[in-house]
Amino acid sequence: MRKTTYIQAINEAMRDEMRRDERVFLIGEDIGHYGGLFRVTRNLMEEFGERRVIDTPISEQGFMGMAVGAAMVGLRPIVELMYMDFFLVCADQIFNQAARMHYMTGGLLHVPMVIRGQQGGGKRYGSQHSASVESTFAQFPGIKVVAPSTPYDAKGLLISAIRDDNPVLFLEHKMLYFTRGDMPDAEEEYTVPIGKADIKREGKDLTLATFSYNLLQALEAAEELKAEHGLDIEVVDLRSITPLDMETVLTSVAKTGRLLAVHESQANAGIGAEIVARAYEEAPYLLKAPARRLGMAPASIPVSKPLEEELLPWKKNIKAAVLEMLR
Amino acid sequence: MAEPSLKASIPSAQAAVAEPTAVLATDQLLSMYRMMFLIRRVEESLLELAESGKIGGAMHTAIGHEGAAVGMAAALRKDDYLTCTYRGHHHSLARGMDPKRAICEVLGKAPGFAKGKGGSMHFVDPSLGLMGANGIVGAQVPHAAGMALAAKIRGEDRIAITFFGDGALYQGLMHETFNMAQKWKLPVIFYCENNRYSEMTPIARTSSVSEIYQFVRAYGMESIQIDGNDVEVVYDAVSKAAARARAGEGPTFIEGITYRLAGHMAGDLETYRSSEEIEMQRAYEPLTQLQQKLLDRGVPEDELNRIRAEVEEEVQAAVEYAVEAPWPDVAEAYTDVYKV
Repeated sequence: MRKTTYIQAINEAMRDEMRRDERVFLIGEDIGHYGGLFRVTRNLMEEFGERRVIDTPISEQGFMGMAVGAAMVGLRPIVELMYMDFFLVCADQIFNQAARMHYMTGGLLHVPMVIRGQQGGGKRYGSQHSASVESTFAQFPGIKVVAPSTPYDAKGLLISAIRDDNPVLFLEHKMLYFTRGDMPDAEEEYTVPIGKADIKREGKDLTLATFSYNLLQALEAAEELKAEHGLDIEVVDLRSITPLDMETVLTSVAKTGRLLAVHESQANAGIGAEIVARAYEEAPYLLKAPARRLGMAPASIPVSKPLEEELLPWKKNIKAAVLEMLR
Repeated sequence: MAEPSLKASIPSAQAAVAEPTAVLATDQLLSMYRMMFLIRRVEESLLELAESGKIGGAMHTAIGHEGAAVGMAAALRKDDYLTCTYRGHHHSLARGMDPKRAICEVLGKAPGFAKGKGGSMHFVDPSLGLMGANGIVGAQVPHAAGMALAAKIRGEDRIAITFFGDGALYQGLMHETFNMAQKWKLPVIFYCENNRYSEMTPIARTSSVSEIYQFVRAYGMESIQIDGNDVEVVYDAVSKAAARARAGEGPTFIEGITYRLAGHMAGDLETYRSSEEIEMQRAYEPLTQLQQKLLDRGVPEDELNRIRAEVEEEVQAAVEYAVEAPWPDVAEAYTDVYKV
């Protein structure tokens, strides 16, 4: 057993898959010679050369579209978006092209590609570099969405995403990059399946379903709620947004009778609303109290530290929501 | 209203017009004539089906554009990749798509190549190198560049060609793609079918550049303007561009001047051009040009009549087959969302 950072785990997953599979290549802005703005692709150009680690001009539509084309003929591109907010610049290539291609060709074409990069608030990047995008992507069938919270899950899920025959959005969080976690030895190969949630903390009073950096915030909130109020919160790490593992969520709700879904994208029409709606549709009899969602307030993310903290659904807001539900 | 430049098939005296150096054998020209007439008749039949209410949505025919498709198909290898626009029936038929399956697809019938899910705007058949027609203007262009990039990464000598209209030139991702393709010397051919209208708006009202083959010269890309209605000229230009691409010399931009004889889509009111303009263009359209060329070479009129009768029968049979073909099972609505 060893410990690595979240960044290192992602870097290892790409390195290992590129060694294993000639079809895998990287494309994006400043990923090669510079090693990525956040150093996630560090040393990969040195090992795999400019043929498989491609620095692009600042042309998100163009290189996203080229990655789609390369995937359509059997390569496995991993596209880095420097900030996930930039998906809006190349949204047509992601949604109308990559996500719909298999369906509208009646299964004749498929697009095995990974789009990865970091999202989220917490570093005072302001409105156009801090958004969380998972709820928007969940509106589009044809693309899978994963958002791991630990280095172990990050490596295992990225390997699964690269091997998947569909487009997969791999969401990192800027607040997770320097977190550290237990990892098997570098030589030990493992994967984490897409579409499987994981119970990260057991409890009996309330099910808190979340993912990505919110998972860490939820775990801290749960510890404090235990210490301060004697509450036992069960924390479910969804890990995948599409497909959503409602089975694990509902199994947990069967035990706790209460459900709070938390995410950093907008609460309005967000993935939390979907989780709550499905709990009511699929198993309303399990709920002892109204299920709730907690997401980003209806505002853009501001630069000022106290304003940013006010809006993000982090520990303080999570604790307040739980206490309201269990009062 | 009609532009003065529409009087000739090639509108500009200063254009870098390719001379038709390749002279194809008469047999080959005859098979091209057959394919061109087949495309024409499939398109005309589809317009009739649309008028009778059997086709929903938007359908864009390539009547008048046949030269680009048939010249290209003869110039490229079977394993070269192709992407195109929603006006893409002609490329697919020219590369060998079965008219029966094509018409079924447009009608949304089960034997369609995509089980009726793609329809007119999404013609595709990877076994023929047809890697997708696209409903979004310009979106297929980076795909072809990506396929060329894939060929380069794999060390293969196949190339990619992408077709788009003059209307696509004003989309930003076109220029992102031109820049990267030229910078990386990708084996790709950018073929612009310039029919001089962006949907319903004439080029004089859209473009700040009067000769659009000059757009890419800013990127240092080889570019050429040709008579896209002369199948031999198209064949020659695409052959040369393909040779350049395979030799690692990078992309070529071909502006093939053409003219759309039917509306932008079925049901187009065509208020933006005069019937005189359309009639004038009939003298330059690909079938007329090729027919004259064949007659000049001494091919008897009867031979052409025989070919047309054969095609007529084939297309009629394909239409009847498609009209009678079954709808897909409703369970198909839920399949192919993800590849499993």
